[in-house]
Amino acid sequence: MIRIENLHKGFGKLKVLDGVDFEIGSQGVVAVLGPNGSGKTTILKTILGMVIPQEGQVYVKGDPVLGEYTYRDQIAYLPQIARFPDNLSVRELIAMIKNIRGSSRDESELVDRFGLRPSLNKKLSSLSGGTKQKVNIVLTFMFDCPLLILDEPTAGLDPVSLISLKELIVEEREKGKTLLITTHIMNLVEELADQIIFLLEGKIYFQGTVKELEEKTGQPDLEHAIAQIFKNDVEDTKI
Amino acid sequence: MWKILKYSFADLVRSRWSYVYLAFYLILGFSLLFLNNDLSKTVITLMNIVVVLTPMIGTIFGIMYFYSAREFTELLLAQPIKRRNIFLGQYLGIALSLSLSLVLGLGIPFLIYGIAQSSEIWDFGFLLLVGTFLTFIFTALSVNISLRNENKVKGFGYAILLWLVLAVIYDGIFLISLVLFDDYPLDRFTLAATMFNPIDLSRILVLLKLDISALLGYTGALFQNFFQGSGVFISLGMLVLWTVVPVKLLLRKAIRKDF
Repeated sequence: MIRIENLHKGFGKLKVLDGVDFEIGSQGVVAVLGPNGSGKTTILKTILGMVIPQEGQVYVKGDPVLGEYTYRDQIAYLPQIARFPDNLSVRELIAMIKNIRGSSRDESELVDRFGLRPSLNKKLSSLSGGTKQKVNIVLTFMFDCPLLILDEPTAGLDPVSLISLKELIVEEREKGKTLLITTHIMNLVEELADQIIFLLEGKIYFQGTVKELEEKTGQPDLEHAIAQIFKNDVEDTKI
Repeated sequence: MWKILKYSFADLVRSRWSYVYLAFYLILGFSLLFLNNDLSKTVITLMNIVVVLTPMIGTIFGIMYFYSAREFTELLLAQPIKRRNIFLGQYLGIALSLSLSLVLGLGIPFLIYGIAQSSEIWDFGFLLLVGTFLTFIFTALSVNISLRNENKVKGFGYAILLWLVLAVIYDGIFLISLVLFDDYPLDRFTLAATMFNPIDLSRILVLLKLDISALLGYTGALFQNFFQGSGVFISLGMLVLWTVVPVKLLLRKAIRKDF
């Protein structure tokens, strides 16, 4: 599905990605993990063509995609922060994105699932942060894309919506789609992820299943395994 | 591109500020035209307001819109659309909605005055054209600044500074240099210096349309000479250049930028 080759990206003096290679072949949920500033969002944005790398190439379904734009109709993206034009209503925004993507999907099921029907005619500027995130989720899952990229999808959601979101992710996985998710909520990863990609200082530190990571670090659960990696990292830097 | 243009235009024409801006021009246009007997004086006053205000509003709206729409732009960038179309669409959306406020706000009083009082007013439709150009130019310049500065406070500062330089400081320096180098022939310098500032260029274009260049003395005669001939086309061409070059630059930047 996605292959990334030798990706290098720095912002000024700061090196964010330092030769990242990975391939996601199989379908399922892939969690991209790593400490703050490890380049998770940068990788996702590079796949989407929003960040332009200094070196390297991204392949989606075997085709190089840097500088292209049509491949993006294969990808649905949920950004970290949701903000929309203030003076449009939710209904208009949904219509706009549908219009841009040239698709006529029916979003009413999703709107009901997240309880957005009463907000449909409200202006986007009057919505709370959590409600905007729900709109964002509807916009992402509305289209039938084989690849979904979710950047911190749980931000600002109430517990009920969180459950709906998890169900939605599971459903999409069962439809045979690939989901690339970044999150800091470890039990979400344990529950959902088929595969983990762990980034550390701009490099892939680990790629495999949750179980393999626990075995590698000799820890009983994911949280401790991750903590162990951080600890090792700090010790390495000391030496 | 048209889709993006349509939606950013729809978003902006519904904002409160567009109405305030429109109402300002309506009040200004009606009160000046109908409460003043001397049409030339009215047009000069209008001109002085338009050549200073449209650049300022274009600058402020351009910079504010692009900063506040940043996350939404990211959402658009993730859609299957060309980058340049996203930015061109948004830019045209702002510039067109602002120009619409200007053209309606002054055009309606002009129209009513033209029917009720004197058709002379049509000679000054030029004012609307020039104001529209200034809106497009300064919106493009400020969008450039917002794309090149991540820090909003800095970006806003640069944009205001740019407006201040072109609207006020440039003229000051220009005048001082004219006084200082009084002994030298300055006609070519004067013409050239005018070409490099869209605000000055617009002002001179309107003034010469008013046929009061005699007031401007020797330089006025020189300008009159220049603008009577191919000068008008050259000046309009310069305004077009002042629009096209910043737009090209902003697209170039937008295509290479990381979001």
